[in-house]
Amino acid sequence: MIESPMITFPLLILFLPLISFVILIFFGKKLPRQGDWVAVGSIVTTFILAVYLFVQMLTSYDANFSHGASLSWIDMGAFKIDLGILVDNLTIVMLLIVTLVSSCTHIFSLEYMKGDVRYNRYYAYLGLFTFSMNGIVLADNLISMYMSWELVGVSSYLLIGHWFEKDSAANASKKAFLTNRVGDIGFFIGIMLLYSAVGAFTFAPIFDSISGGEAIAGMTLTLAGLGIFMGAVGKSSQFPLHIWLPDAMEGPTPVSALMHAATMVAAGVYMCVRLFPIFTADALTVIAYIGAITAILAALTAITQNDIKKVLAYSTVSQLGFMVLAVGTGVYTAAFFHLLTHAMFKANLFYCSGSVIHSMHHALHEAHDHDTDPQDMRNMGGFREKMPITYYSMLISTLAIAGVPLFSGFLSKDAILAGTLAFAQQNPVHFLLPLLGFSAAAITAFYMFRLIFMTFHGKPNMKNIFKDIHESPKEMTGPIVLLGALSFFIFYTLPSNFNPIKDKGWFKDLIVPRNSAVPGSLTANEIAEYAHYAHYLAMGLSLFVAAAGILLAVLMYQRQSISSEKLSNKFGFLYHWSYNKFYFDENYNRYLYQPFLRLANSISWLDWEFYDKYFINGFGKLTKSFSKISGKFDYDGIDQGLVDGFGRVSSVSGNFLRNIQTGRLQNYLLFVVAGILVIIIAQAF
Amino acid sequence: MENILSLLIWIPILGAIVVAFLPRDKDNLIRYTSAAVTGLQFIIAIVLWRKFDPSDGSMQFMERYEWIPSLNISYILGVDGLSLPMVLLTGMLFFIGVFVSWNIKKAVKGYFSLYLLLDAGVVGVFLSLDFFLFYIFWEVMLLPMYFLIGMWGGPQREYAAIKFFLYTLFGSVLMLIGILGLYFTCGKTFDILLIMERAPEALNGVLWWGMSAAKVIWVLVFIGFAIKVPVFPFHTWLPLAHVEAPTAISVLLAGILLKLGVYGIIRVNYGIMPNEVYWFAGGLAFLGLVNVIWGGLCALAQTDLKKLVAYSSINHMGYSLLGMAAVVAAGAMNGGDLKAAQAGLSGAVFQMFNHGTISAMLFILVGVVYERAHHRDIDGFGGLASKMPVYTGITALAFFAGLGLPGFSGFVSEAMCFIGAFPVFRTIVILSTIGILLNAAYFLWAFQRVFFGKLNEKYKDMEEINGLELFTVIPLAVITLFFGIYPGPYLDLIKATMDQIIEKVAFVATYASL
Repeated sequence: MIESPMITFPLLILFLPLISFVILIFFGKKLPRQGDWVAVGSIVTTFILAVYLFVQMLTSYDANFSHGASLSWIDMGAFKIDLGILVDNLTIVMLLIVTLVSSCTHIFSLEYMKGDVRYNRYYAYLGLFTFSMNGIVLADNLISMYMSWELVGVSSYLLIGHWFEKDSAANASKKAFLTNRVGDIGFFIGIMLLYSAVGAFTFAPIFDSISGGEAIAGMTLTLAGLGIFMGAVGKSSQFPLHIWLPDAMEGPTPVSALMHAATMVAAGVYMCVRLFPIFTADALTVIAYIGAITAILAALTAITQNDIKKVLAYSTVSQLGFMVLAVGTGVYTAAFFHLLTHAMFKANLFYCSGSVIHSMHHALHEAHDHDTDPQDMRNMGGFREKMPITYYSMLISTLAIAGVPLFSGFLSKDAILAGTLAFAQQNPVHFLLPLLGFSAAAITAFYMFRLIFMTFHGKPNMKNIFKDIHESPKEMTGPIVLLGALSFFIFYTLPSNFNPIKDKGWFKDLIVPRNSAVPGSLTANEIAEYAHYAHYLAMGLSLFVAAAGILLAVLMYQRQSISSEKLSNKFGFLYHWSYNKFYFDENYNRYLYQPFLRLANSISWLDWEFYDKYFINGFGKLTKSFSKISGKFDYDGIDQGLVDGFGRVSSVSGNFLRNIQTGRLQNYLLFVVAGILVIIIAQAF
Repeated sequence: MENILSLLIWIPILGAIVVAFLPRDKDNLIRYTSAAVTGLQFIIAIVLWRKFDPSDGSMQFMERYEWIPSLNISYILGVDGLSLPMVLLTGMLFFIGVFVSWNIKKAVKGYFSLYLLLDAGVVGVFLSLDFFLFYIFWEVMLLPMYFLIGMWGGPQREYAAIKFFLYTLFGSVLMLIGILGLYFTCGKTFDILLIMERAPEALNGVLWWGMSAAKVIWVLVFIGFAIKVPVFPFHTWLPLAHVEAPTAISVLLAGILLKLGVYGIIRVNYGIMPNEVYWFAGGLAFLGLVNVIWGGLCALAQTDLKKLVAYSSINHMGYSLLGMAAVVAAGAMNGGDLKAAQAGLSGAVFQMFNHGTISAMLFILVGVVYERAHHRDIDGFGGLASKMPVYTGITALAFFAGLGLPGFSGFVSEAMCFIGAFPVFRTIVILSTIGILLNAAYFLWAFQRVFFGKLNEKYKDMEEINGLELFTVIPLAVITLFFGIYPGPYLDLIKATMDQIIEKVAFVATYASL
């Protein structure tokens, strides 16, 4: 393998989007077409570079391939921070995902964002995002990962709030940033715990120290791991910090596809995969439960949502829960596999929804209807005949997410569920994990087909606009077709090294699980073996639940032989819980935000109205009355010339206001200098 | 260039005198003269920086003249890695401040001559190595500030000015007693370097009223500096002074005058009484925590944009206190953790510089909108982003720098303070990290209320930020970004001096444990 491109290409992939950001922020308005070609050009270049790296990876066929380079950022002697990049198979696959989806989003947006008020800013922010995301992917140490982590948060803030004139968008962007910061606090505490024990920020020495078992172990290591995982809870929108992601749908839909579905929210999972060796068994158990709870809660919420993007948003949360569950049960390469397949089909689902919304917008505009919500599925129906490309592509991706064989999601979800099942077989107390996992899988199949049926099948619900519904232009259908195709299994099971005799696909060959660094953990081989035993049972079960979910959706929304209304009436309170997203926002608002604001207000009141007004000014009053007495004392003629420390204070406070108007500055200077002299002389002799 | 440090002090004093003799009605002449004087001072500061040898941690460019020999008072100046960046910051901010003050209309002559006097006082405090001189500059700084707030300030200016004055005077009286205590115990000298040498031995075992003299002096001097920082509970003068002061004075107040507190604690308390650092570090870290949380919560509750920024200063200086406390990690009883001590102390010193540039930027930007709208009520704006995109962009940058976003210098120094303090003050640091959330909350919430949403009809004719204003903000933004991406140059400048201070504190600890 050629040495240098393995470092220079990743660096180009990292910095090209940043250059595009800088150019567009400063000169975007002055460039032809507001500079969108700069952004598209730079991102497509990074994609081509990533493809090159990917092909190199496939042909070199080295599961242990790893390259790195770093430079000293801070060097205080003992305290040092080196920033560097780490390029291995994991990095290359992730770079490919990011640059591919980012390229698609850039191209898709050419049409979708046409004529937007802040078109150049939009493309600039996309560049900033791609830069920061690649920064996370390439980081070889906790500091640069944390830095990119926060920068990703900012680009998300800027893009969610792209239409900031809308209060809902401004609120959503703030909520996203702040919720993420809660997670980041944990991340940073985790970094400090690790650093104070190990004395390094770079991954490799941290892993070494942990496997040594002396620098850090037991509870401290568990807490460090959970702290770092908190970062992932925020970014990957896990329970209990998942509340920001559905609101993030206020951003433009291509942004939702890129960031809030395919890549940014997957950063948390990527980080867990990258740092898997540091998690202790206890930490992993917590991680597994967080993932399982997230998967089921979000899936249950998705059932009743009517906004097409909200359904997809909750489905993203739920799928991220699956990935986290996989990390927790030890099959972390399965988590990464699902990250990969999910990035493709979920990005596509969002593009398709974007295509539908775009069309709805247009049609509503033609009908001069500005009140109808273009994202509400109850206003759709029957779009299949009008938008065949969107429909078929979306259907393929839906089959993938539902876990139907021959589609990519089946492979990865199956790997996760097998791992979870194996984990529970080894630790029967954790039987809930596979139970929640399989239930969430069934619900996924159900709500995704509900979406398909409500949007594309049946009769059009708004006949007046139906005639104006049309297929989107090729800038939009291009990415849709490409990513739809990538939902087929074949792309993930192609042999690596272009060697047709290999029985495993490239992914399994090249992304190999490693042992945990924590002494006493199960080895990667053991985990793989247990998962292998559970595999057939898991496959059977997952086929069954997918079929059951789809069947129920067909009965309710296609055949309508089961009335959804009756069902929701029957299970009224369950329906309301789901429809209201389990009241997380309301409860957080009542029990966290409001008390917090009240606390801030009372502290501020205490500070300003009480402490300062009464306590501090009380001193002033005291001194004033004191100085009156002392003035009288003085006046009575004991000694007028003696100025002591106290007298100085009182005389200044007493006389100062009167003397301001004279403004004779030299007097004051003289006075102060003389005062000091008098004190010194008084003290010295 | 032998007396380069004296030049830094006497040029503005000379400038103040020249301005005082200029004709009263020639406003522009006065402004340009002030710009020239501060510009010249800034250039000299840059020359000083280029000539400074960063590998040497001790005093450089020293000047020493006898002044009042009978009392052992001398005129001693010197600069090291701790004071040099502050001198540079002073040079820059006073130069920029002239342009921020460009629209001052009332008594221009008086304003600028006081302004230049203030400049001399600040530089003097950073450079003097004789306590008598130090104290004189400390007071010289106080007076112009009093008048600048009291005469050119907002509606409550006189109350604010007298409060500022009395608060600081209270502190300086205590400091003076502390200085005199050192004078008499260390062989009747005001020479700071000499006292540094003698104090640990001279103060060893000395009791005053049954208390350790060193501890008493530590507390007296600390309160004097703590009021400047300001450390809770001596902070209430700050929001008031900021709200009432004219923009340029707020910029200088937050940008430099607060730094004198941290500078003084490190120079005097740490330098002279390293032994007591161990005794006080826990308290310092705790005060840091209180500053972070209290300042953050108060900032969250503000409706006046300037007051919000003022409270954010209290919040941000808290990180600096945390970092300073971290020095004790180098002590033998704490395992001699040099990494943490370096991270913490350098972080604290870096943080005071960064807060200087960032808060200066914030106050200038608040001034920009106040100039146009004549109010600063956060809820009274709305939607300005659609009307003033450039102003919005640069304010977003300043706010993000303020909330410690990576890529800006504030992140580096805050992270260093946290990382440094963590091994010794674990619980306090973990609690302080809530500050990271508070920073983001108050800045983003304020940002949303001022800039997002529908444009307030009242401000549909609001003017975009103009060239002069941009000229004052952009250099600060560039510095903030530069040190955020590449903090090396700054840290290299202070490294040797920081190591000397750490070594001193660590040495005392080894010495004590023997």
